Amino acid sequence: MKVKVISRNPDDYLRETKHDIHKVPRNYDPGLHPFEAAREYTRALNAVKLEKVFAKPFVGNLDGHRDGVSCISNHPKRLSVLISGAYDGEVRVWDLPQKLCLRNFVAHEGVVRGVIYNPSGNHFLTLGDDKTIKTWKTAAPQFGEEEEPVNTVISKTVLTGISHHVKDPVFATCGEICQVWEETRNEPVRTFEWGVDSLHDIAFNPVEPNLLASCASDRSIILYDTRDSGPLRKVVLKLRTNKICWNPMEAFIFTAANEDYNLYTFDTRNLKKPANVHMDHIGAVTYVDYAPTGREFVSGSYDKTIRIFETSKGHSREVYHTKRMQRITCVQWSLDNKYILNGSDEMNIRIWKARASEKLGPLKPREKAALNYSEALKEKYAAHPKIRRIARHRHVPKHVYNAQKELRTIRDKGKRKDANRRAHSKPGEVPHQPEREKHVLKEDH
Amino acid sequence: MGKVQRYFNKTEDISPSSKTSPSKDTIIYNIKPKLKPWGRRQSDKVINKKKKVVKLPNPNPKFKGKVPIPKKRLKKYARGEGINKTGIKTKIHQKKFEKKEKVIKFAAQQAARAEVLLIEEEGFLEADAGETTTQFTQKQIRENVDITAASKCFDLRLEDFGPYRMKYTRNGRHLLLGGKRGHVAAFDWVTKKLHCEINVMESVHDVCWLHLETMFAAAQKEWVYMYDNQGIELHCIKKVYRVTRMEFLPYHFLLAACSDMGYLSWLDISIGQMVSQFNSRLGRLTMLTQNPWNAVLCVGHVKGVVSMWSPNSKDPLAKMLCHKAPLTALHVDPRGQYLATAASNRELKIWDVRKLEGPVQEYKLITAANNLNFSQKNMLALGMGNVVEVYRDCCTTATKRPYLRHRFTTSIGNLNFCPYEDVLGVATAKSVTSLLVPGSGEPNFDALEANPFQTKSQRKEAEVKSLLEKIQPELITLEPNVIAEVDIPTLKDKIDAKQKLLHVKPPKINYTPRNKAKGKGGSAKIAKNKKIVQEQAKKEFVKSTKDFIPKLNIQKEQQKESGVLDRFLPKKRKT
Repeated sequence: MKVKVISRNPDDYLRETKHDIHKVPRNYDPGLHPFEAAREYTRALNAVKLEKVFAKPFVGNLDGHRDGVSCISNHPKRLSVLISGAYDGEVRVWDLPQKLCLRNFVAHEGVVRGVIYNPSGNHFLTLGDDKTIKTWKTAAPQFGEEEEPVNTVISKTVLTGISHHVKDPVFATCGEICQVWEETRNEPVRTFEWGVDSLHDIAFNPVEPNLLASCASDRSIILYDTRDSGPLRKVVLKLRTNKICWNPMEAFIFTAANEDYNLYTFDTRNLKKPANVHMDHIGAVTYVDYAPTGREFVSGSYDKTIRIFETSKGHSREVYHTKRMQRITCVQWSLDNKYILNGSDEMNIRIWKARASEKLGPLKPREKAALNYSEALKEKYAAHPKIRRIARHRHVPKHVYNAQKELRTIRDKGKRKDANRRAHSKPGEVPHQPEREKHVLKEDH
Repeated sequence: MGKVQRYFNKTEDISPSSKTSPSKDTIIYNIKPKLKPWGRRQSDKVINKKKKVVKLPNPNPKFKGKVPIPKKRLKKYARGEGINKTGIKTKIHQKKFEKKEKVIKFAAQQAARAEVLLIEEEGFLEADAGETTTQFTQKQIRENVDITAASKCFDLRLEDFGPYRMKYTRNGRHLLLGGKRGHVAAFDWVTKKLHCEINVMESVHDVCWLHLETMFAAAQKEWVYMYDNQGIELHCIKKVYRVTRMEFLPYHFLLAACSDMGYLSWLDISIGQMVSQFNSRLGRLTMLTQNPWNAVLCVGHVKGVVSMWSPNSKDPLAKMLCHKAPLTALHVDPRGQYLATAASNRELKIWDVRKLEGPVQEYKLITAANNLNFSQKNMLALGMGNVVEVYRDCCTTATKRPYLRHRFTTSIGNLNFCPYEDVLGVATAKSVTSLLVPGSGEPNFDALEANPFQTKSQRKEAEVKSLLEKIQPELITLEPNVIAEVDIPTLKDKIDAKQKLLHVKPPKINYTPRNKAKGKGGSAKIAKNKKIVQEQAKKEFVKSTKDFIPKLNIQKEQQKESGVLDRFLPKKRKT
């Protein structure tokens, strides 16, 4: 007779001292883990609810400006520095972690139209309504010294926007014409003109650094090559474009913030129709900025909200608003991909988290693992109606909610009208027009 | 201006596919930077086709790769066959699902490999040549095992308050006894530490642990009472009346009970609400067991029928005619594969409870079995009068002789295998006995599911975790994984939906006339207008539903064949 029964040695299962962690023997036999799917589903539901609970995106605000903030700029090498210009000509330099203003001075008479750091971060350029481009040192002046620009360039034309080359000491401004400058010279190196309309924004491509895009008040977006003598191409939309931002990862993609409440992502290789139309705003979109990953971008709008879009999706994944935040004038995605900064009409700069429910600060390994697990669960069960409803739901202010409803009715009306027209005419006479083809009027070479 | 050198522009000297064999000193990483842009273009496909697989020579010839996993073990952890790729329309989604399948497969492999880490081995009892395991008595087994295991075999003489019923906790550490004449006791049977012992001064029909060893329920003469582990009465649940048997569904936090009056009830003990309670309309209910795989209740009836119930429907989910004689006992194994039923005509049948098919095995016993219980390793214990027999592998093969047999002096009231131990607890009319059944229990527990060595802090944490993961009662169905599957409407659903459309009423129109100038309207005119609008809406509705109605009518007409002699048929009654 041979016999053995289960007889466990408690030493194998109990911790030795009180300061050890408990032993957790595992057995992955599926028979010991019943209701796998139902339990996972419940966990996913909890995870998505917790995500909502922890969604507190507002980090803080920087106040001090005495007029609306017109433009902000990140430091290219330091995460903690931000520079902002206001409508009263004042420029302020901020320390983000401490939410402190380090420096402030009046840089221009009238509105500061643009501020930008040079690639090394040693200097920054400001330009204003007084037709001047001023270069300032990043280092604050010594005690007793006055704020003096290092260099002042007086332009012959009105200036509205500025963009710096990604690594060379070259920058471009726009206004009546598009001008390319070198930092060491006081005359533009090159000028571009196409028609007589004024330009209100310009952007250097960060990957193909010779490419420039600008948007004009004749509702067009114009592409230039700085090596070329004339502009390259032009695409005309139905309404005016307010701001352009290049995708920092994909050289040929840019997104335009349009007056018709939409954003258009274009592929420069095919300007006939946008690669994607991003809808959700209910007011003119005033600003757009890409995340450093190139996967997402943030847009600010005249409807007092900020929205975050995924590049490949047509609708936003997130909307930020506060009771006191007014029209958005500028938005920036911080270079560590964690924060969003925005300036608005009511003189404040606000700091938001890029992912609303993300925990700030370092994570413990187990915390990280748990978050990864719940993230995977959320993805796995994303299509379930209960989970999808919770994940999608966003509270928006009343004016946005009502306007959304109204817009929906208007769009439905248009669709219904088209459908009726199609039903009562010869087949093929009223073709279905995709949304992407509705907004581009023409493309010029 | 020369072309700017970027990291993805390959230069010849770092090309990984250089034909010279790598020397031992240099390590060559097989990195292939993506040449193509990341957008979706037609031309990408062309680049894709030129993929070359460069196999590097094995740097250490002694190492032959990972140890292959035995197929049988892999099958144990496998998650089914996976998705059929041909049904997916777009390439992008095909790729996505391919990746997903890979991950699932990898996880199964890892789980199978992790079996090496299990420390305990299961028990066994082997007879020498010329012997059978049946002939070994408990005394012999006790003498041949180690001292701690021998202490697990004990006998409690409880003469006065029997017959008894008993239940183990989910981790197998604690034992709850309930005597018919009111004796209720809870204790840690391993250390023999008594938690409480009370007399409820009423008849006790069944006892049941709740989610932890700190609380239990007792079905007494009229109502169900809940006690904590000190014997303090926490609740008296008057909503359930004259309960005969109770089961606790641990993942749903439901206390299920069947009553003398034929009622089934599910009580959510985490929020104290009755989830569902209804009359089964099948008479007195005395046999109840849960299917641990899908949390469906299996109820045995006198007509030889087993009915399966979920709180979501007032009709049974399934009914099986198992025997042609009154059922005496039934039990479902812990993995939810087999259902064992015993009837008064001495039959014992094993059914496949997943397919609702069977019987897989049929046995004829010497006397009718009054109690059945499956162990974690699929041993089946039968209580027949005052004899307990344990069968091994009785589900897959027809066994001829019991594995173990034990005889008591009084009749058996209840028997239960202890989870994670080689122990069978038997409650009889005058005693509660714990028998050693080698090889019946699962040797390796998962501490996140059930932990016999749980400390107080672990227990508290596990309680919170399990409450957070409480499965909603709506998910109790015959197929528990249905939530993770694609929701495809069945043919019946489609037909039902169509049938429903036939009986849809036209929408009601709330017509409020515009306020016109004085003298232009008049109530008569308003009424007339209202009627016109309503008629119009009705017409439109009829028009929109017209498309499918005639088809069904045609089918009806075709089925009817009229003959000359039809006039003599009895006329249809108008309903």
